[in-house]
Amino acid sequence: MISQALADLRDYLSQALAADVTAAELVNDELTIRVQRQAIVKVLTFLRDDPPCQFGMLVDLCGVDWPDRENRFDIVYHLLSLEQNQRLRVKVAADEESVVPSVASVFSCAGWFERECWDLFGIYFADHPDLRRLLTDYGFDGHPLRKDFPLTGFVEVRYDDEEKRVVYEPVKLTQEFRSFDFLSPWEGMTKVMLPGDEKARGPLTGSDVA
Amino acid sequence: MTAEIGTAAGKNLIKPYTMNFGPQHPAAHGVLRLVMEMDGEVVERCDPHIGLLHRGTEKLIEYKTYVQAVPYFDRLDYVSPMCQEHAFALGVEKLLGIQAPRRGQFIRVLFAEISRILNHLLSITTGALDVGAITPSLWAFEQREILMEFHERVCGARLHANYFRPGGVHQDMPAGLADDIWAFTERFPAFLDDIDELLTGNRIFKQRTVDIGIATDQQALDWGFTGPMLRASTIAWDLRKAQPYDVYGEMDFDIPVGKTGDCYARYLVRMEEIRQSLRIVRQCLESMPDGPVKVQDRKVAPPPRAEMKRSMEALIHHFKLYTEGYHVPAGETYAAVEAPKGEFAVYLIADGSNKPYRCKIRAPGFAHLQALNALSQGHMLADAVAIIGSMDIVFGEIDR
Repeated sequence: MISQALADLRDYLSQALAADVTAAELVNDELTIRVQRQAIVKVLTFLRDDPPCQFGMLVDLCGVDWPDRENRFDIVYHLLSLEQNQRLRVKVAADEESVVPSVASVFSCAGWFERECWDLFGIYFADHPDLRRLLTDYGFDGHPLRKDFPLTGFVEVRYDDEEKRVVYEPVKLTQEFRSFDFLSPWEGMTKVMLPGDEKARGPLTGSDVA
Repeated sequence: MTAEIGTAAGKNLIKPYTMNFGPQHPAAHGVLRLVMEMDGEVVERCDPHIGLLHRGTEKLIEYKTYVQAVPYFDRLDYVSPMCQEHAFALGVEKLLGIQAPRRGQFIRVLFAEISRILNHLLSITTGALDVGAITPSLWAFEQREILMEFHERVCGARLHANYFRPGGVHQDMPAGLADDIWAFTERFPAFLDDIDELLTGNRIFKQRTVDIGIATDQQALDWGFTGPMLRASTIAWDLRKAQPYDVYGEMDFDIPVGKTGDCYARYLVRMEEIRQSLRIVRQCLESMPDGPVKVQDRKVAPPPRAEMKRSMEALIHHFKLYTEGYHVPAGETYAAVEAPKGEFAVYLIADGSNKPYRCKIRAPGFAHLQALNALSQGHMLADAVAIIGSMDIVFGEIDR
């Protein structure tokens, strides 16, 4: 029943927003639509005010980093309609240089969500009332939730008793950061030369055998 | 006295000044730093600076297996740990295409409601503490201790439970716990009446909370309010009713709704929610079936310890689960639960490996605190404190 209502909504949105919706898919009883970046304010305003939609609440806004893609960032908006008891996911693609229109004028709560997104991913939002960093330290450098930002970060802080203040220093790891690869468990053994392996290679090469 | 405040023509020109509130202030409920622009005692603008407790939970989870990620959820909103594990467990279960067995679901609902009582007891009484009532918090902490003992008996930890796992709960309830919880539900209403008597009709408490920080229903939607904050603003919305998960659909309970949207309404909603939670707790205990508490698929849930001592296969399963973990099929899901503070949700993207590709945590307090500026404008400084208290702010979940 839920999926039928969502399928109807998908068809309705594909028609009503035909110019702006580039894709709409219904997976796991969750509806996702992809939208042109420049049209996001228009689309969210429509979704909020249109009587069959009434997505009156922007529940969540977050970024996702896909470094291999041409547009590496997805900005994901989660909308909730209390009247229809439905959820909708709206996605917009962006890269490091692109400017995403802010939706803070449509939903006030987008203000902090977008600030967080700017802080953690470095996605720039245009016309945002107050686009400052939110979660990271004052004067922080970099965007930590990007996939190319190391988990350990670049700087660490400590209180310096002589200078009587907190000082920033490059991260010193007493043990190298370990990241195990569980996807190909035997790969680690292919490049290892054990004692005696050189005999197996021997003077014979592939061309000699032939 | 005719002082024209704020105009150049006036004799007594009061310059708006900026005040720093926190981050080490007992009324800030943690590490909240507010930069307030004050006109005398009146708040003109208040800019919350958050992130002092930012630990990079979302980034850390990307480097952990699914089972290793569970304890991070206890450390978000450390007042209601199990409710947050619930969201993560539901999300992973949806991606894996599994469902917890019925007894597991009942235990989850039971402890989610105990967590709600725990949370509201803290929220109400520390909120009252902020406006000058010390006694309720002392009383409530005694009751919280009893409830946390239940937590301890079921999972071994008072706060950091790590109990709701994808596929069910970690272990079954020990013998006698159900009877003790039942006995508690018989004693507890008398305590609630005491708190009621101390606060609900209390003149000072009402002077400090009635008509303070009013959020209209439109404002509440606009600012993304959920949970008691939304219900206090006349909107009857509860995920346990609207989008029931686990066995909430079978439970009989009511949704209290506030009429005024002020701090007092939020207090009343929370008080009634405690009583409704007690109803759910009792229903869970009455109708809890026997059976397994986690899925019997050994590729997801570990085998019992006794079996591991005898069966080689069980040992291998255990080893694989706790080193490599299970691989979750690629996909994405948004799993939301009605946590005590509001809609707590996890937006999980799996890429087919044993670690989440992205795990966005939607914390209810984040949206609530954001509206502090809108709610406290034009109020006195002391009212801003009352508003913060009524929002039920916990920084673990806001800063993540």
